[in-house]
Amino acid sequence: MNDEIFRITEDETEEIDEELLTRLGELSYRQLIWRRFRKSKLGIVSGAILIVFYIIVIFAGFFAPYHYNTINMRLRHVPPQKIHFSFDKGFHIYGLKSTRNPETLELEFTPDPSQNYPIKLFYKDTEGKRHLFGSDGPMFLLGTDRMGRDLLSRIIYGGRVSMTVGLVGVFLSLFIGSILGTVSGYWGGWIDNLIQRLIELLAAFPSIPLWMALAAALPPGWSSVQVYFGITIILSLIGWGGLARQVRGKVLAYREQDFVMAARAANCGHFYTIMRHLLPGCYSHIIVISTLAIPGMILGETALSFLGLGIRPPMTSWGVLLEEAQRVTVLLHYPWLLFPAVPVLVVVIAYNFLGDALRDAADPYVD
Amino acid sequence: MITYIIRRILIAIPTLFAISIIGFIIIQLPEGDYLDRKIQQLEEEFGDSSSLARVEELRVRYGLDKPMWMRYFKWLSGFVRGDFGESFEYEREVNELIWERLTYTLLISIGSLIFTYIIAIPVGIYSATHKYQWSDNTLTFLAFVGMSLPAFLVALALMVFIFKVFDIPLFGLFSAYYEGAPWTFGKLNDLLNHLWIPVIVVGLNGTAALMRIMRGNLLDVLGQPFVQTARAKGLKESVVVIKHAVRIAINPLVSILGMSLPSIISGATIVSIVLGLPTVGPLLFRALLNEDIYLAGTLIMMYSILLIIGNLFADIALAWVDPRIRYE
Repeated sequence: MNDEIFRITEDETEEIDEELLTRLGELSYRQLIWRRFRKSKLGIVSGAILIVFYIIVIFAGFFAPYHYNTINMRLRHVPPQKIHFSFDKGFHIYGLKSTRNPETLELEFTPDPSQNYPIKLFYKDTEGKRHLFGSDGPMFLLGTDRMGRDLLSRIIYGGRVSMTVGLVGVFLSLFIGSILGTVSGYWGGWIDNLIQRLIELLAAFPSIPLWMALAAALPPGWSSVQVYFGITIILSLIGWGGLARQVRGKVLAYREQDFVMAARAANCGHFYTIMRHLLPGCYSHIIVISTLAIPGMILGETALSFLGLGIRPPMTSWGVLLEEAQRVTVLLHYPWLLFPAVPVLVVVIAYNFLGDALRDAADPYVD
Repeated sequence: MITYIIRRILIAIPTLFAISIIGFIIIQLPEGDYLDRKIQQLEEEFGDSSSLARVEELRVRYGLDKPMWMRYFKWLSGFVRGDFGESFEYEREVNELIWERLTYTLLISIGSLIFTYIIAIPVGIYSATHKYQWSDNTLTFLAFVGMSLPAFLVALALMVFIFKVFDIPLFGLFSAYYEGAPWTFGKLNDLLNHLWIPVIVVGLNGTAALMRIMRGNLLDVLGQPFVQTARAKGLKESVVVIKHAVRIAINPLVSILGMSLPSIISGATIVSIVLGLPTVGPLLFRALLNEDIYLAGTLIMMYSILLIIGNLFADIALAWVDPRIRYE
């Protein structure tokens, strides 16, 4: 009970504090949001995780020990290797010993403690490229896939596609959503009616079947890059509705206010009024909604690629990697193929927490 | 009430019309579909009089010599009469293929919906009445994780887990023994034994989201003066919460009913593909991969019809709960 009282007084002092500062004009709206956001530990941690992930993904060539398409047909389905430590050798991994399984006739790999390969920082590979770490022997910390490709490297490179699909897709739906939302709220009338019905129609549709149908219609002759953009456009085609709704609501609320009237009276054009006076008021909302829309798009890409309808090899994404893990028989023998699910979950959860923290920070009306 | 329902049904008609246009565009999108290939195959490989007659029959049936908009109306009028076209892969009428699968889709979707509401409402109430205590914080964290878990990954992980621990292959809706057997009490029991897993997996995301909404709503209501009045009258806390606050806080959840259907059907689609359930999902998937256009188009239409009916029920339920709506 004591604790409860203490919390309330603490909150109250802070609210008064903030109010005072706004009145004095010492802090801008943006600074106020940052002050509130800073208080959410989960939000800060999530933001930091996402930044680290994006840095790793952007410099994939440096962080990944191998290129994502380095094929080792002799090292197929190698299980993840453990990192060992000893004082004389530092961090090292054991070599690999292969035996042929008499039943399946597949090569099976076990660690061979007689061979030691130290893990070197800033390793220079045979082509003279620097990597964060590497080893002279075979080093597969998360194992290899059916073509002997290093799973860790593939996950890092795959993140490039998976983590940018959400960003590009949200950017697109932001573009469509803000334009249609503003138009809808600003002019009203039959335009508003038409756009609202369209949004309702889209919202009434199950997204995955529609995504599947559209993705299946992408021409088979397209290159990986074309497919990538095709998928992004498909994902954003359905996502813009919610955003447009929110923007419309905000614009409706602002439309009749004095500062907009003043702008119109001062002979500002419609376009200028919208861009300079109406949209800036919606920015915080737009940022929050788009942050919360990104995980859905990442999951959408993962689901589509998982089904084989999304990103096409040789390009790789987390969904493409998971496609290999589709069959239980495969998973039972090579459970490490499910590893790509981990970054998917981490990124999606981080985005959800970040969006939630931003929403609390941006909306002054929630406690 | 009846006028309200009739008005809602009339509003649904233009929506269906718009969706049918989208459905038709989708089935016409891929170049060189199954129908073209079929005709080419019939002409080139067989080329005898009976094949050519069959080509002619297909052309007339689907109006291939007519412009696009006439083909659309031909397809639509057939659809209304229950002629959905032909599946070229299965070489059967679409009509024969879909009904059983639609039943299972409905079964799983409705099951998930019920599961979602039965779990989410009490947990949401508990969470709201224990605001900021460790149990509420834990539930909040779990809800966020639950919202983020993609259903197909959960299904996949569960499949591996159950196979490893219990040595049961988690695939399909029936054990091998009952597959294709006539309906008996034992088969029904077997179905129920298999059904709960997809129901929970599909309902997971919705449950987490709904729990958060219930918690938020109830917290809003608990802060209102009439709740304070009820407390001041000396009512027991349980009566205040259940009879006064929850009764109001639950209204928005009924209106969400219609909105949660699309996501449940989405989830059911992909989970069914992973778990190999005999629902519409895997059928649509195969149809799309093989460009079996009439099957795919019909299934997409069926999905939207299901949703529109679902929305209709949700609206009626809302009007029943909240009298302000039906007199508007």
